[in-house]
Amino acid sequence: MTTAPSAGMTRRSAAYLATHPRVRLALILSAPLTWLALVYVVALALLLVTALWTVDGFTGQISPTWTLDNLRTVVTGALYRTVTLRTVGVALLVTVIDVVIALPIAFYMAKVASPRAQRLLVIAVLMPLWASYLVKAYAWRSVLSQDGLLNWLVAPVGLQGPGYGLPATVITLSYLWLPYVILPIYAGLEKVPNSLLEASADLGAPPWRTLSSVVLPLALPAIIAGTIFSFSLSLGDYITVTIVGGTSQMLGNLVYTNVGAANNLPLAAAIALVPIVIIFGYLALVRRTGALDNL
Amino acid sequence: MHLGRPTRGLLAAITGLTLAVIYLPLVVVLINSFSSSTSLSWPPPGFTLEWWVRTANSAGARDAVVTSVGVALASTVIALVLGTLVAIALQRYDFFGRSTVNLLVILPIALPGIVTGIALNNFFRTIAGVPLSIWTVVVAHATFCIVTVFNNAVARLRRTGTRLEEASADLGAGGWTTFRLVTFPQLRSALLAGGLLAFALSFDEIIVTTFTAGSGVTTLPIFILNNMFRPNQAPVVAVIAVVLVVVSVVPIYLAQRLSAADVDRR
Amino acid sequence: MLRTTSTLRAVTATITALLTTAALTSCGTTAASGPEPTQEQTSLGKTEGSVSILAWPGYVEDGSNDPTVDWVSDFETKTGCTVTSKTYGTSDEAINLMKTGDYDVVAASGDATLRLIAGGEVTPVNTDLIPSYAGIFDFLKNQAWNSVDGKAYGVPHGYGANLLMYNTDVVTPPPTSWSVVFDDASQYAGKVTAYDSPIYIADAALYLMTHKPELGIKNPYALDDTQLAAAVDLLKAQRPNVGEYWSDYLKEIQSFTSGDSVVGTTWQVIQNSLAKEGVKTAVVLPEEGATGWSDTWMISSKAKSPNCSYAWLDWIASPEVNAKATAYFGEAPSSQEACTFRDDCEAFHAGDAEYASKIWYWTTPVAKCVDGRTDVTCTDYAKWTAAWQEIKG
Repeated sequence: MTTAPSAGMTRRSAAYLATHPRVRLALILSAPLTWLALVYVVALALLLVTALWTVDGFTGQISPTWTLDNLRTVVTGALYRTVTLRTVGVALLVTVIDVVIALPIAFYMAKVASPRAQRLLVIAVLMPLWASYLVKAYAWRSVLSQDGLLNWLVAPVGLQGPGYGLPATVITLSYLWLPYVILPIYAGLEKVPNSLLEASADLGAPPWRTLSSVVLPLALPAIIAGTIFSFSLSLGDYITVTIVGGTSQMLGNLVYTNVGAANNLPLAAAIALVPIVIIFGYLALVRRTGALDNL
Repeated sequence: MHLGRPTRGLLAAITGLTLAVIYLPLVVVLINSFSSSTSLSWPPPGFTLEWWVRTANSAGARDAVVTSVGVALASTVIALVLGTLVAIALQRYDFFGRSTVNLLVILPIALPGIVTGIALNNFFRTIAGVPLSIWTVVVAHATFCIVTVFNNAVARLRRTGTRLEEASADLGAGGWTTFRLVTFPQLRSALLAGGLLAFALSFDEIIVTTFTAGSGVTTLPIFILNNMFRPNQAPVVAVIAVVLVVVSVVPIYLAQRLSAADVDRR
Repeated sequence: MLRTTSTLRAVTATITALLTTAALTSCGTTAASGPEPTQEQTSLGKTEGSVSILAWPGYVEDGSNDPTVDWVSDFETKTGCTVTSKTYGTSDEAINLMKTGDYDVVAASGDATLRLIAGGEVTPVNTDLIPSYAGIFDFLKNQAWNSVDGKAYGVPHGYGANLLMYNTDVVTPPPTSWSVVFDDASQYAGKVTAYDSPIYIADAALYLMTHKPELGIKNPYALDDTQLAAAVDLLKAQRPNVGEYWSDYLKEIQSFTSGDSVVGTTWQVIQNSLAKEGVKTAVVLPEEGATGWSDTWMISSKAKSPNCSYAWLDWIASPEVNAKATAYFGEAPSSQEACTFRDDCEAFHAGDAEYASKIWYWTTPVAKCVDGRTDVTCTDYAKWTAAWQEIKG
C-alpha cells in the first residue's frame, strides 16, 4: 500500500526528467561539480590569495595583509629564474625522452604484436607501476652510484656513468613516468583503424610515409596526452632530485622548503604559481589538438 | 600496415630492450631484498632471507598495506561515481561551459602534486577547519583520480554512440533503467580499466599524501619513506616492493581478461 | 589480517572521533593569533587513556616494525595510555605538524624547539612531576635550546655530534680540522658531502669562529648580517666540491659505501653502520669542535592528554627505556644510569662532559641573538633558509 504513491511519484519525476534534459543534466553534474568546486577550486583560489599575504616574522602566523612582495620576489629573484629554467629544462627533456622511447614500443604493442602478446605487453608495462616510486628511485640511486650496475656495465667500453646530478635526475624521472606515457599512446594508436594504414600502403606509400602522414597525425592527441603526465609530474617533483640529484634543487624543493623549513606559505604559494602558469600555458597550447580528451 | 620483416624485427628488438631497461632496476630491488647489507649497497656483500622473515612479521608493514588499500578503494569508488557522471554529462549533453568542466576534471592531475598538496593542506586546515585524517587523504586522492575514470568512460561512450540508449528510451525505459541495463554494461570494462589506474595512482601517491595525512595515518608510501630513515629497515622496503609487483599481476590480469571478454563479445 | 583490519578501523574511528571533538571545541579559538602565555602544570591527575606522539623515526617503537624493538607496549600496560605516533623526517616538518594541534607530545631537536616555544605550540614543563628528570645529565639541563628564562620546556632525550667522517683509504693524512671540507675541499672535489638543511650554515660559522676570528662570531647560531654573509660565502665556495647533500642516513651510508662521497659531516650511528658492513671509514671530532643535537621531549600547549604526556616524559627518561631508545636510534643517552643498560656508550662518548662541551647543540637562530648581544639584530631561521636556497642555487 505504502509503495503505490512513491512509485507514482517516481514515474512522474521520471517523466518530468525525460522531457527536461536540462534538469537531468543539472542532476548528473551536481555531484561531481560540487565536489570539484568545493574541494579543488576553492583550495586553489585560496592558495593564490595566500600568495598575496604575508607571514608575521615573530609569531609565524599568516597575516592577511595584502602585498605584492612575494610575487615580486619570485619574478625578479635570480634564484627563482635559474631554478625555474632548470626545472622546465628537466621536465622537457624527460618528456622528449619518454615520447621517443614510448612511440616504438606503443606502436609495436598496438599494431604489430599478436592479441595475446599485446595483452602480456600491457601487463609488463603496468606491473612496474606497483613497485613504489621511492623504491624505484632508490634502485636508480644504486644503479647510478660510482660502483653501481651502470658503471659496471659500461666500464668495459671505457665509458663512465653520469654520477649523481641533473642527468641522473632526468634518467630517473624518465624511468618513473614512462608507463604513464606508453599507456595513452598505446590506447591512441590502437584506435587508429588498420584500414587507413592499409589504404595508405595500397596507394603506394612506403611505411615511413604512412607513419609520418597517417599514424603520427592521428596519434598526436594521444602523444600530447602522454606528455601532460610526464611534463607535469616532473615539474612538481622534489623527491627524486633529492635522491639522485646530487646538489641540484628544483621548483618543488623551493616550494617544499618554504612551506616546511621557512614556514612561509605565502612565498611558497607565490613560487607554486610558476608551475601553475606553465601548466595552464601548456594546456591552452594543446587544447586545440583534442589531447585533453585522451588523458 | 604492411611492415617488412626487418622493420618488425627492429620494433620487437626496441620493445624488448625497453622492457629490459624497465625491469633492470626491479631486478636490483629483487636482489637487494636478499642482500645481507642493511643499506642496499651494491654489489650485495652476501645473501640472507632475514628481511623476508622480518617483513612477514612486521605488523607496521601489514597495517600500512591495509591502510593504503583502504584509501585506494575508497578514493577509487568516489572517483568511479563522479568520473562516470561527468563523462555522461560531457558526452551526452551539449552545454555552455562544457570545456571548462573538462579542464576542471583534468586540472588535479595536470597540476604538480606539490601544488595540489599545499593547496588542499591549506584548505582543510584553514577554511574547512577539518583536522587532517585518513578521510582528508581519501578526498584528495579521489579528486585527482576522477580523471582516469572520466577519460576511459568518455572514450567508451564516444565509441558506443547513443543508438542503443535511444532504442531503450523508445521502448519506454526510464533514464535509470536505461543506465542500468544499457549504458552501464557498455561502460563496464572501461570503468574497470579506469578504476584500476585510479587505484594504482592512489596506492603509490606520496606527495599529496604527505600534505593531507593526519596523525597515525600511515599509507604504504609513507611507511616506506619513514623506513628509509630508520636504522636497518631499508631491505624490508625492498621486500615489500617485490611482493607488491608480484601481487599486482592478479588484478591487472583479471582486468585484462574481463575487458578482453568484453571485446570478444562485441 | 582480519583482526588487524578491525583494530585499525577501531583506531581510525577513535582518532576521527577525537579529532572531530577537538575541532568542535577549538573552533572558537582558531582565529586567535600569536602565542598565548601558557602555565606549567602543578599537579598530575588521572591518565586520559591515550596520548598522541610526534617524533623522529625510531623514537617511539611499539614492535610493529621489529617485534624485538618495543618500549611502547610496556608503557601502555603500565599507565593505561594508548600511544598513537607519527614520525617526521625534518625538524621543519615537525613544526608544521605541531601547528595542527593534533599531538600531545613532541620530540624536537634544538633547531625546532625555540620556534615551537615562540609559536606557542608547547608549554613549560614542571620537572618536579617527572621523577626521572633528576637522573638526566646536568650539562643537558636548562640550556638555550630547551629552556627560556630559566623555565624548562621539556626533558632532554639523546644527544650527539655532527662529526667529520672520511674514507680512510682516500683521505690521507687523517683530517683533524673541518678545513678538509671547506678551504681544502678542492682536493676531494665532487666527493664532499654536507647536511642538507639551513642549520648546516652553523657548521660554516663554527669553522669561521676559529679561522676568521676578526668576524667576531661567538656562537654559530647567533650571526648578524655580515657574519651570515661570510658563512654563506664559505658555503658557496664549498658547493662546487660537494657531490651531494644528504638528509637521511640511508643516503649517506650508500654514498660512502659506493665511494660517491669520501668526506663530510656525519652522525656516529652512520659510522657504526658502515663499520659493521666493513666499509673503511673513520670519524673525528675536529679541533674546531662540532655542531650537534640534543633532542627534547616537549608537551603541546593544546595537549588533550596532559597526564598521559607527563607519564610518557617520565617513562622515556627512565634509564632502561632511555637506553633502549637512544641505542636504537644511535645517539648518546641523556639518563646517567642508561649506560648500565647499553654496551656501546663509549663509542658515543655518553656522559663525557668534556667531549660534550665541544659540541654546539642545534639552536634555532632567532632575531634576538642567542649569544646575548643586544646591539645588533641577528639573522633568524627564515633568513637562513633563504640563504641556504641561494647557496644550493
